[in-house]
Amino acid sequence: MNTPAPLAIGARRMHPADTTFRLSLHAAGAVVVIVLLSILAIMFIGGKLAFDTFGVGFIWGTEWNPVTKIYGALPAITGTLITAILALCIAWPIGFGIAYFLTETCPQKLRTPLGVAIELLAAIPSIVYGMWGFFVLAPFMSEYVQPWLTNTFLWIPPIGDSFFWFTAPPIGVGMLTAALILAVMILPFIAATTRDVLLSTPQLLKDGAYAMGATRWEALTGVVIPAVRGSLFGAVFLGLGRALGETMAVVFVIGNAIRMPDSLMAPSATIASVVANNFPEAEPGTLDLAVLLALGFILFVVSFGVLAVARLLLRQERMS
Amino acid sequence: MLIPLVRRLTPRSLGVALAALAITASALTPEAQAQNITGAGATFPAPIYSSWGEDYAKDGGDRLNYQALGSGAGVTQIINRTVDFGASDSPVAPERLEKEQLLQFPAVIGAVVVIVNVPGVDGTKIRLNGELLGEIYVGRIRLWDDPKITALNPALKLPKIPISPAYRADSSGTTSIFTKYLSAVSPVFKERTGAGNSVAWRTGLGAPGNAGVAAAVKNIKGGIGYVEFAYAAENGMQALQLANANGKFISPSEPAFVAAAAQADWDKAKNMAANMLNMPGDMSWPIVSSTYILVPRNPKDPARTQSVLKFFDWAFRNGRPTADRLHYMMLPPEVQERVRTQWATLAPAGKPLWPPA
Repeated sequence: MNTPAPLAIGARRMHPADTTFRLSLHAAGAVVVIVLLSILAIMFIGGKLAFDTFGVGFIWGTEWNPVTKIYGALPAITGTLITAILALCIAWPIGFGIAYFLTETCPQKLRTPLGVAIELLAAIPSIVYGMWGFFVLAPFMSEYVQPWLTNTFLWIPPIGDSFFWFTAPPIGVGMLTAALILAVMILPFIAATTRDVLLSTPQLLKDGAYAMGATRWEALTGVVIPAVRGSLFGAVFLGLGRALGETMAVVFVIGNAIRMPDSLMAPSATIASVVANNFPEAEPGTLDLAVLLALGFILFVVSFGVLAVARLLLRQERMS
Repeated sequence: MLIPLVRRLTPRSLGVALAALAITASALTPEAQAQNITGAGATFPAPIYSSWGEDYAKDGGDRLNYQALGSGAGVTQIINRTVDFGASDSPVAPERLEKEQLLQFPAVIGAVVVIVNVPGVDGTKIRLNGELLGEIYVGRIRLWDDPKITALNPALKLPKIPISPAYRADSSGTTSIFTKYLSAVSPVFKERTGAGNSVAWRTGLGAPGNAGVAAAVKNIKGGIGYVEFAYAAENGMQALQLANANGKFISPSEPAFVAAAAQADWDKAKNMAANMLNMPGDMSWPIVSSTYILVPRNPKDPARTQSVLKFFDWAFRNGRPTADRLHYMMLPPEVQERVRTQWATLAPAGKPLWPPA
């Protein structure tokens, strides 16, 4: 297009290759949208039987009984949200610490190896995390961590008569263990994104803060964080999105109990784990399968919402 | 592929998976002339079907390609006629067999045992009955030193620790057999939970596959769980004694399973689905069940269905050493004869498929 024009007429006519190229780019872009929408549509159509049978009440039904064919999604939704949010509460401070360490205080020699180590953490397959969690972390939790938590936090009053925070038999697996595994899994994402965000802080601002005599802490809280606040939230939400949908690792450590949890350490289930556990035996055309697809649809909507919020925050950042 | 593998993460199943891969791979080579029998379904008998398949091929028979996708998937696939035979741990309802034009027959017998981890106590000495097991699995009995348990075990010093019941997280034929038994012997379990491949457990934790349940019981002090006998035997788990229908406490062992299977009433059994749970007899282990094969009554290619029958006929006659090695029980000879009689009723286009010409 920006070729110097020895032939003024030829510059107006597109070369056939250009047209093909442009069309194939459009097609490539369209593929994403088509795939996304058709997945959403198929999930909804497949799960329609569930929504028809139980109505919107499917979302807040607390009973999940494959024998009587009464299905409610609330236990799985609760498990999904609690584990993901708990994982975030654990992973975010650590991830932020890693990122700040890497960008500001880490000796130059250590930066590359540490960065690689964090990226390697992201490369471990989730089933490996699951088996490690089940065979190593769960016994450790049941032997040491859970009894300690129970004894230490006995004073926290329960919510009503059904949720007891840290009071539960120490069986090792459960929401807390799942949240820990998830935290390790999303840590690299949070750390990497946060590091990029911190690196994007204008050096001039930081130099200015230090020139004014600010300490590292003052520069961080007074200058860096206000400057990139939105992007930091974006990093968090990307981690949350990953935690919501994680399946194999969670199946191993969540305890797979599809009922309302009575403590943070109780066995529970997430939407993804319920689908993974029950999909192989769900026969086409049955309510069992429709319920799983409806769960998939709900997870899709929740994850989509989370990502949308993340994008919104990131965009605000760019605009300001 | 991932999930079926996780369901049975035993060293044996890995071997089976590799063998299946090897079979598939060799079947793809152009030299392979023998016909391929394809089957899909239950995970519980998958190790023995695959081993039989290997032996059968070595013996000059067709190659078997069995995919352990789960009983539900096996039924679906044979209804859609995408495989030569389907396999299911629980019998299919008679109306459904009728509607989908399927013949059902038992292939092999297995047992479910209850494993425990009670610190300081030899698990194989612990005695329970079905009612107490039901109450444990609905959360009515929560401690190992509950008076109802100590009453059955006066000689044991059971600790005051919580009972943590473990169950299969995935939908499973083993769960179906275990919950059917509990529903039969424990009214409270029947009312609160009921029977099925996956049920609404009122207490405890779910772990993936037999391996997961066994590991959970190993990890958790006070754990209790149910696994296939084959699995418990190979991994040296402590399996407790259960009271049978005659009120005798029985340790799980192959003679006890055979004794239960011998009590089954095949005359009354519709579609050969004879009940073997909670059988009478002093020696009978209470949780025994056969697993089933489904073949089409109106096959597209009768020769392929006949190959399936030939394979199981070979297995009935020559499969015993493998069954012993893998801790499955063969059908009693007279039941095998009954199965062959059923095969003779398969006559697409008026030509009986059994005995083969």
